[in-house]
Amino acid sequence: MIRWWKIASVLIILYTLVWGMLAPVPRLNILYETIRNLFYHVPIWFAMLFMMGYSVVFAIKHLSKNDLQSDIISDQAAQTGLFFALPGLLTGCMWAKFTWGTWWTFQDPKLNGVAIAVLIYLAYFILRSSIDDEQKRARIAAVYNIFAFVMMVVFIMILPRLTDSLHPGNGGNPAFGKYDLNSNMRMVFYPAVVGWILLSLWILDVKKRLAILTYKKNEA
Amino acid sequence: MTTQLLSALIKKEFQLEFRQKSTLAGILVYIVATVFISSLCFNGKVDKITWNALFWVIFAFIAVNVSGKSFMQETKGKGLYNYLYYSPRNFILSKIIYNMLLMVVLSFLTFFFYSWFVYNKVDDMGMFLLSLFFSSTAFSGVLSLMSAIASKANNNISLMAILSFPVLMPLLLVSVKLSKHAIDGLAWSVSYKYLLILIMLNFVVVALATLLFNYLWKD
Repeated sequence: MIRWWKIASVLIILYTLVWGMLAPVPRLNILYETIRNLFYHVPIWFAMLFMMGYSVVFAIKHLSKNDLQSDIISDQAAQTGLFFALPGLLTGCMWAKFTWGTWWTFQDPKLNGVAIAVLIYLAYFILRSSIDDEQKRARIAAVYNIFAFVMMVVFIMILPRLTDSLHPGNGGNPAFGKYDLNSNMRMVFYPAVVGWILLSLWILDVKKRLAILTYKKNEA
Repeated sequence: MTTQLLSALIKKEFQLEFRQKSTLAGILVYIVATVFISSLCFNGKVDKITWNALFWVIFAFIAVNVSGKSFMQETKGKGLYNYLYYSPRNFILSKIIYNMLLMVVLSFLTFFFYSWFVYNKVDDMGMFLLSLFFSSTAFSGVLSLMSAIASKANNNISLMAILSFPVLMPLLLVSVKLSKHAIDGLAWSVSYKYLLILIMLNFVVVALATLLFNYLWKD
């Protein structure tokens, strides 16, 4: 069952992978060619955040409607989100190595935020695995999911704006957003965001269907 | 009516705590012992950053120990009784308020012992105590809900730590930052935004906890 948006996601990502390497980019101090990481690193994070948000929406839906299907979707979306954290981290580390000269730094609130986000979702899965009863597990996991997501948003969105960060766009570092006004980069960046989010939806779709089928098989 | 019920519930929490004096005494010994160990380890030679970091690590562990056990005594039968007689909102609010009061007192005590044994590095005492106060309340709010969650998942103590530490991290970082400012004696115009964030986090945590406890409550 291949739908148009699945094909679109592959085509868009292919386009951004190739054109991301070829597109003319502004030459900035320190950043230079690494600015192209904007086409890979940032959209993957957006896809991760999208999946985490998706997970929370279905957690809320589960609490209001009390159906197990929402819980399964919420769980699978969290797993997909965590999966996207991996390439996001890798591209980020690579980029950091070539611009900051180190793979990882604990000085940066955004990096810490990501580490915390990963820890939160690992705790979420541990919580899930420690409760046997399905209904109970679904409800308690949903509660933790919502609470943790709010704290994570505080961490990722609010704190970095308060403290100095090494990250582009914070603390006087050159930002991607400020310099890509020539619209060459936007032509790659925006499609990349859409493409990666569509890909995450596709992965979620497959995982979700598998999980629901497994659940039904175990029920029968 | 609700405030009456609430105060009755909080009173109950206090009575339970003071009836079992050994728990409270245990926590006090825990605080003194931890602080004393750190004073011995440092041998009196601590710079400001280490002083601050160590204080907040001790604080975090005490908070997890104190507020983390708030739902541990709730047995199944008691839960049924509470379910019949109280509203979930009153119940969680009583736990949170009780934990906040307890934690504020304990954190001030910790600070007292810490400045006695390891010595006091704080320049702006008012700001430091404010940050300590609001961190204690926010920590208690988070940990009360986490304790409720952990108690539903087979009362696992290590689960409690696993669940709480990642969620506490944003709070802890704001507190560390704010108290570092207080230690350095920076102007209030520099640090007030962290204080505001801390107070705002208090509201967010309490609101979320009361909202979400509705769903934890039913069994």
